[in-house]
Amino acid sequence: MSNYVAIRKWADEEVSSQRADKARIAIGLGTCGIAAGGNAILEAAERTLANNEEIKADVVSVGCIGICYKEPLLDIEIPGQPRLSYGPVTPGETKKILENVFIHNIYEHKKALAVIDDDAFSEIPSWNEIPFFAPQERTVLRNCGFIDPEKIEDYIANDGYAGLSRALLDMTPEAVVKETLDAGLRGRGGAGFPAGRKWTIAADNIHTLRESQPDLPSYGYVICNADEGDPGAFMNRSVLEGDPHSVIEGMIIAGYAIGADYGYIYCRAEYPLAIDRLKLALEQAREKNLLGENILGTDFSFDIKLKEGAGAFVCGEETSLIASIEGDRGMPMPRPPYPAQSGLWGIPTIINNVETLNNIPVILSKGAAIWAEKGTEKSKGTKTFALTGKVENTGLIEVELGMSLRQVIYDIGGGIPDGKEFKAAQTGGPSGGCLPKEQLDLTIDYEALAEAGSIMGSGGLVIMDESTCMVDVARYFLTFTQFESCGKCVPCRLGTKRMLEILTRITEGKGKIEDLDALEELAPSIRDSSLCGLGQSAPNPVLTTLKYFRSEYEAHILDGRCPAGQCKALITYTIDKVDCVGCVVCLRACPVDAITGAKKEIHIIDTDICTRCDTCRQVCKFDAVLIDGNLL
Amino acid sequence: MKKITLTIDHKKIEVPEGSTVLDAARAAEVYIPTLCDDPLLEPFGACRLCIVEIDGYRGLPTACSTPAADGMQVRTSSAMIETNRKTSMNLLLSDHPLDCQHCVANMRCDLQYVAAYVGVRGDNPYQGEKRSYELDDSNAFYNRDLDMCILCGKCVRACDEIQGRQAISFGYRGFSTKITAPFDLPIWESNCESCGRCVDMCPTGALFDKSQLKHGLPTGETKTTCPYCGVGCGLIVETKNGEIIGVRGDRENSVNEGHTCVKGRYGWEYVQHPDRVKKPLIRKYLLEGKKKSEIDKSSSDWEWAETSWDTALDITASNLAQIRDSHGADSIGFLTSAKCLNEENYLMNKLARQVIGTNNIDHCARL
Repeated sequence: MSNYVAIRKWADEEVSSQRADKARIAIGLGTCGIAAGGNAILEAAERTLANNEEIKADVVSVGCIGICYKEPLLDIEIPGQPRLSYGPVTPGETKKILENVFIHNIYEHKKALAVIDDDAFSEIPSWNEIPFFAPQERTVLRNCGFIDPEKIEDYIANDGYAGLSRALLDMTPEAVVKETLDAGLRGRGGAGFPAGRKWTIAADNIHTLRESQPDLPSYGYVICNADEGDPGAFMNRSVLEGDPHSVIEGMIIAGYAIGADYGYIYCRAEYPLAIDRLKLALEQAREKNLLGENILGTDFSFDIKLKEGAGAFVCGEETSLIASIEGDRGMPMPRPPYPAQSGLWGIPTIINNVETLNNIPVILSKGAAIWAEKGTEKSKGTKTFALTGKVENTGLIEVELGMSLRQVIYDIGGGIPDGKEFKAAQTGGPSGGCLPKEQLDLTIDYEALAEAGSIMGSGGLVIMDESTCMVDVARYFLTFTQFESCGKCVPCRLGTKRMLEILTRITEGKGKIEDLDALEELAPSIRDSSLCGLGQSAPNPVLTTLKYFRSEYEAHILDGRCPAGQCKALITYTIDKVDCVGCVVCLRACPVDAITGAKKEIHIIDTDICTRCDTCRQVCKFDAVLIDGNLL
Repeated sequence: MKKITLTIDHKKIEVPEGSTVLDAARAAEVYIPTLCDDPLLEPFGACRLCIVEIDGYRGLPTACSTPAADGMQVRTSSAMIETNRKTSMNLLLSDHPLDCQHCVANMRCDLQYVAAYVGVRGDNPYQGEKRSYELDDSNAFYNRDLDMCILCGKCVRACDEIQGRQAISFGYRGFSTKITAPFDLPIWESNCESCGRCVDMCPTGALFDKSQLKHGLPTGETKTTCPYCGVGCGLIVETKNGEIIGVRGDRENSVNEGHTCVKGRYGWEYVQHPDRVKKPLIRKYLLEGKKKSEIDKSSSDWEWAETSWDTALDITASNLAQIRDSHGADSIGFLTSAKCLNEENYLMNKLARQVIGTNNIDHCARL
């Protein structure tokens, strides 16, 4: 019996003995779940159990299942019964639901969300019937929200480490590289370079190094890039928190494939829960001989060290990341040499994103052909997105590549809230661009997004409605890239600064029409002559907004008007004489006493005093506060 | 070493393997503007001025960081290159004071030269905030005026790669990036050894010797060897009106490739100092053949008097011999100097051990 068969047997037994006759109450406690109040739900569940001896169940915390807008989530799994999901629940509802289910056998509840993989209840929809989940394909998120990320047996019992076992026991390293090449997996960090090609180059260099210098302490490194930093992106965090072993397994397979002997996970320090779970997962993998010396009894040895980032966005760029691990300031170096030629400590190194590595075990356990059934010809597989912004259903989603933006926003996302119009979708974070409604039928794949002026990026997807000012959006992203520029190369350090100054000027109503020429000159120059990806992609938000929303720029400059009603210097607040009932609520709320009037008298805003803080509009119950004469 | 052949602007050039495109261009005497590269430092790729076009390469690779390859076809000028170079230079100057008349680097400023070469003048389309810092004049030998700094990073790399001191690094981010000593303290409070290599490499007036403030440009230069120790570093002594106004390392000297220590670069004021002893001095009583026990130290006998080398050496020799005869050889000790040549130190060793007969000899380098 091979070591893996024994480990798998152990895991299956552990899981079935843990669950044999006991129900499981699972609370989503990713960072998102905690932020939504998940800890209070956990306490409420534990308290309910303590007070009701007849409820026999384990309370466990799981990762994020992705349905953010329904957090906090409460899942109940009773042996022999389908798994039920409730959300968003309050501590009081938690008590009620648990008592209903366990004592009174009543499953229906107004917060009942779905039945997982079953249609046992007519009142409660099946998981796959919910519009948010129905169009999704879960490969990367296969375990997130289902397994206990702190238990290796849960991962193994769900085919975990089967890919590693196949690679190590049945395949040569060359065959593993070939399998990855055949799958057509492209880097999920944003640029989309084929992972198998990167591995091939590194494997060749490691082989050459081994031949020429037989006495080196190590010959190759695998780095997992977990420095996810795009504003609004949380795909990697959810995977690390919900399924850490999948990434570790991917790294070990990569190490075997290229002939590396050591790995680093470079995880941003702002992800404390991910770091804790990774540390635990690494220990568990070592205990089970899945990591360390002679993995699964073979000649292959590989270990992984966790390195925490120090809060620099640029360290997601691979040469900066390497500098940071080496103890230097995170600043990029010119390539070539590429890390696959000379990387960490001058040794051939591959750097793969969390999601890229997470796909590897599936490719190895199921085979490249099955994995590659999904996706388009050039963009294979699935991709996770952090769907946020002005969309009904926010959350972490995973879709087959080739799906249209429209399907993602309207079918999964449920469209734009409050009856507003869709304006733009921002993909790829500060390196990406804003796509207008004419591009809604664009398919999500590497080429189509690049063609439209944006990028796939790591998976940030921010939806904007008509109340979003596109000049202000460009200004926001430039503020981010300017602050995160390492300051090394001239176009990025000074070019983004000058663009930001121009954009700020325009949003303040001080723009000149020549400013648009300056932006159009600067942007391509910064893109073409910056040293690293940060600078090269920094102009994208400006270029795409200029391309698709030029009239909005012109309105700011020529008409002194912000069509979205967002730029404070260009808008005026007034109170509608017809709708105002004279309730004095806004008058009292105004922090600068800009509103005059009395009870049952129409209120008036003094625009000279008004700071455009928007408080009056938010507190008015009669929609009487207008911006530039319009109700937003 | 394997040679490779490439073409730069229709000029064929053969260079050793491992050369960069910029190395090859220099060898072919094709000028490519750069502000952050120095042949003595590792490629850095910060100023983005040395962009070129290479057949088969995407975009505009930088000549400083791209390895030269066999059969490469390189163009150093095109509409695309010129546009991007101009933008980079305009951006650099948009954050740089433009009153060159007031700058100590005027007429020896690389930024000034390259800006003129690229064709950038006063009509900068990109105007905006300029960084402004207080002058750091804490160091005894040089000043740091970070308003002038273009963040080429040469000083940081010189300190790290050549002097091995790492006294300064990049600090902060984005537009606020600046070169700092640890904790952003004045440079004098860092572990800077004042070797002056950073000053030597600075392409602008951000780092300059305090002496430059007084004297302007030199009118003469003399190649010489540093007199401080036995290493024998090549120096270039800058002079004006018959006086030394500065010293820098000689890049063509294979011993130090332009590098010096603090003494070689900054320890030259003694040469023309009024207190400098130029002839041997000897106590008057010794000239008059008196004994130390016979004289009053408050009298003129105790004063120093100028004398010839022959007289000074004769008196020293006879006194040494007398001390050895009356008190024994081990009552005498010899201390030699790093300023002496190896040969001189060898002779001193002979003098101590064989002429005087003592092993009491040591060297200042051991202290």
